[in-house]
Amino acid sequence: MTLAVRSGPRPKTAKVAKLGRPNFFVYATLAVFVLGSLFPFYWSFLVASRDSGMLTERVPPLLPGGNFFANAAEVFDSVAFWKSMGNSILVATSVTLTTVLFSSLAGFAFAKLRFRGRDPLFVFIVVTLAVPTQLGVIPLFIAMSELGWAGGLQAVIVPNLVTAFGVFWMRQYTVDAVPYELIEAARVDGCSMIRIFWHVCLPAVRPAAAVLAMFTFMTSWNDFLWPLIVLDAGNPTVQLALEQLQSGYYTNYSLVLAGTTLATIPILIVFLLLGRQIVAGIMQGAVKG
Amino acid sequence: MTVVQAPRRDAPPAVPPRPSFRQRLSKWDVKFSPYAYIAPFFVVFGLVGLFPLLYTAYVSLYDWEIGDDDPPFVGFENYVQLFGDGQFWNAVGNTLSIFVLSSGPQIVIAVLLAALLNTRLRGPTGWRIGILIPYAASLVAIGIIFANLFGNQYGLLNSILEMAGIDRIDWQAGTLSSHVAIAVMVNWRWTGYNALIVLAAMQAIPKEINEAAVVDGAGPVRRFFSVTLPLLRPTLIFVVITSTIGGLQIFTEPKLFDVGQGSNNGGSSNQFQTVTLYMYQQGFENFDLGYASAIAWVLFLLIVVIALVNFLITRRLAATEGGRR
Repeated sequence: MTLAVRSGPRPKTAKVAKLGRPNFFVYATLAVFVLGSLFPFYWSFLVASRDSGMLTERVPPLLPGGNFFANAAEVFDSVAFWKSMGNSILVATSVTLTTVLFSSLAGFAFAKLRFRGRDPLFVFIVVTLAVPTQLGVIPLFIAMSELGWAGGLQAVIVPNLVTAFGVFWMRQYTVDAVPYELIEAARVDGCSMIRIFWHVCLPAVRPAAAVLAMFTFMTSWNDFLWPLIVLDAGNPTVQLALEQLQSGYYTNYSLVLAGTTLATIPILIVFLLLGRQIVAGIMQGAVKG
Repeated sequence: MTVVQAPRRDAPPAVPPRPSFRQRLSKWDVKFSPYAYIAPFFVVFGLVGLFPLLYTAYVSLYDWEIGDDDPPFVGFENYVQLFGDGQFWNAVGNTLSIFVLSSGPQIVIAVLLAALLNTRLRGPTGWRIGILIPYAASLVAIGIIFANLFGNQYGLLNSILEMAGIDRIDWQAGTLSSHVAIAVMVNWRWTGYNALIVLAAMQAIPKEINEAAVVDGAGPVRRFFSVTLPLLRPTLIFVVITSTIGGLQIFTEPKLFDVGQGSNNGGSSNQFQTVTLYMYQQGFENFDLGYASAIAWVLFLLIVVIALVNFLITRRLAATEGGRR
């Protein structure tokens, strides 16, 4: 006979009575929040799929019309949309790759290697999290101009090669994920440090690296102030192209919102596909942070 | 195995037993590679974090125009001018107002939302993703969409107000109304994100504590205030500090909310011009980098002070009854 410790699969009645099963009110409130979260996207698509005449109607229609592709085509004529897409993909991808690589390396060092000054250096990194990088844009702009980089994509990429957040994040994860025994064993086998990182550490921290990659990609994709300062109008990122669209064609909201829809759809798809991991990542980071 | 070829300077004589080249190499490897691994961060931070911060202070002491080869040194004149600059103080006021209107409700709602999400929901991940969706939106897209929703003539919100028989509001024109609209934008994007962070902390609270409170006869409300909130303190401090740093630097939303598109005025009478927007205007519209740098430094100090005050307040607030740590 099994020991009647706990009935595994359905602990319903007992616990529910204590902690309360969510009632209708809870679901309704959450549903309102989710609909509220989705609504601006829907509205933007709605306007984008009609002609801007709809906005003058007293009672706006609530279903999409059939003009989306026409509006989208006009977006392509108005701004360098595809070029800006390519730029954004290039920038976000390179920033993501280097950030994940350098952050994992530094995280490995801080979590698992012993070296003089390790702890103060790590504290220093954590402190730098509090320095708002936005406030450095003026000298950074001057430096980029001196280098002759202003206007080029490298001016957006280089300042973001690695972040304090990334180092902190990877270090927190590596501490638990990589056992010292494994590193010792690899050392005994004659592995160099970099091989240990590559073959022992990196596979173990892959989940954290994936989450960091998603965060970095999204942050980089959405960055606005710095590209606005350092890039010029002919070589924009997606966000800049959207802004140009708005300042140039401000009366035609269908066009402008067709642009925002076009720029949002890819990242929204990625988000919905990876939503589970992103959510898990945020929750995990929060516990440790 | 990697066979390392390196210049054989001082190859050891065959006599002494071991410190062979490879062993020494491996020793160096252990000793120095950690520094190599952390170096990228320090190089990049030095170049784009530390150097700019100090250099901003330096630039702020000059009358530095873009393209000026030999800017004249003016000492603290930029700061003196700044303290007498009505537009700057107006921007400070706007920033604080928008910050309070956004962070306050945002954190309260996030905590309540987290409490709802912390029940035994069906399909918890689905709800969490749904709540987090705004986080995926680009700020620029959101700025444009909300500017449209809040539009005076064709905005959906005003249409609804009108249908309900209420006068339409010129969201952009008023000071408070524009601040509310911008705060709504900020809150829409960040509330779900913060709710998830708070939720994570809630889930880390051991069940036994809550059960013990139940045994002691505490109702759900009492448990929330006396058990959950105090235990959330570190997380609440984290959320408050990050939203302080982010909120006080707010730029994209007010920039895109302007009817005069592409303008940096923050409305016809600067009614929603924030400090970062003013800094941008001074630096990159008026090309006065010296003055803009002074603004940046004052803003930095402001952020530090307010983050500190918020830290102290949060620590106190969440320390009610049985606060630990």
